Amino acid sequence: MPVDEEIHWFDEAAGPLVRPYAMTRGRTRPGNTELDLATQIVSVLTDNDLQTLTPEQFSIIDLCRHPLSVAEVAAYIDVPLIVVKVLVSDLIERGDVVTRYAGAVERPSRNLLEAVLDGVRRI
Amino acid sequence: MVSAGSDPQTELVIPTSVKVLVAGGFGAGKTTLVGSVSEIPPLSTEELLTEAGEDVDDLAGVEGKTTTTVALDFGRISISTEIVLYLFGTPGQNRFWFMWDELANGAIGAIVLVDTRRLDSSFPSVDFFERRKIPFVVAVNCFDGAHSYAPEEVRKALVLNPEVPVLMVDARERESSKRALVTLVEHVLARMAESAGEDAALVSPGNSV
Repeated sequence: MPVDEEIHWFDEAAGPLVRPYAMTRGRTRPGNTELDLATQIVSVLTDNDLQTLTPEQFSIIDLCRHPLSVAEVAAYIDVPLIVVKVLVSDLIERGDVVTRYAGAVERPSRNLLEAVLDGVRRI
Repeated sequence: MVSAGSDPQTELVIPTSVKVLVAGGFGAGKTTLVGSVSEIPPLSTEELLTEAGEDVDDLAGVEGKTTTTVALDFGRISISTEIVLYLFGTPGQNRFWFMWDELANGAIGAIVLVDTRRLDSSFPSVDFFERRKIPFVVAVNCFDGAHSYAPEEVRKALVLNPEVPVLMVDARERESSKRALVTLVEHVLARMAESAGEDAALVSPGNSV
């Protein structure tokens, strides 16, 4: 292929150059299926070898030194949600992050709602 | 509040997250409302639509395409160190219904934004929340130049139950969007009190879990 064609054979419409599921080695389902958009993720200090992580996973650990939701992580590292869930699920298994499951609260407590109401009134 | 794991080196507090949905037809002002109250500029994230969505997504004409994406806009309000509130805008197109299940899972309630020029586009949202018994309020976004309807007219047009609050908002105004949120949480609390009364449950104010 001539050099000039090699440079310009794709454009933005072609989408990302790394196929999203390549980051998850083809997996499309997280091992931890409880991960919700709003699940909070926090990094935990361990002796685990961080060199074995993908760049995206490393970014997640770096970002989550303070609690962040799955959705925020996906937005900040610009990776689709489902891919982030697979990556985070792996990190949970390794013990590099811990989470607080947010979804499926059958009934939020009155205390929680009252705290939310106070908080929203203050903004 | 939960302490992170059993690891003694961490004294981490992982906040409880609370979800509120902002629904409504395409162009009703969902992202504008989220942006006016969020402490961060609205973020956007994509969900890949693959085999999970094939049966609901119309792939006619794009047969060669194996994945497509649906963008989700959302904002964040830190209530305290222990509680963080997320506002998720629902995807406007009907073909993304499959995303609504995940969005609605655990949500405390919803704001249905209505553009009176396209009232019919808010029917599906109202229907969804009614069927799921998710508390919601209807916020009529008063666009410049749009014919202004009285809240009662909107209530009648959307066939809303009498207890559903209807309010007029300007999604661009922080105070106005905030009022919609306050009205929603008050409504959720009121509904909770009602159902507690019906159940004759032992609820002592401010001390229930």
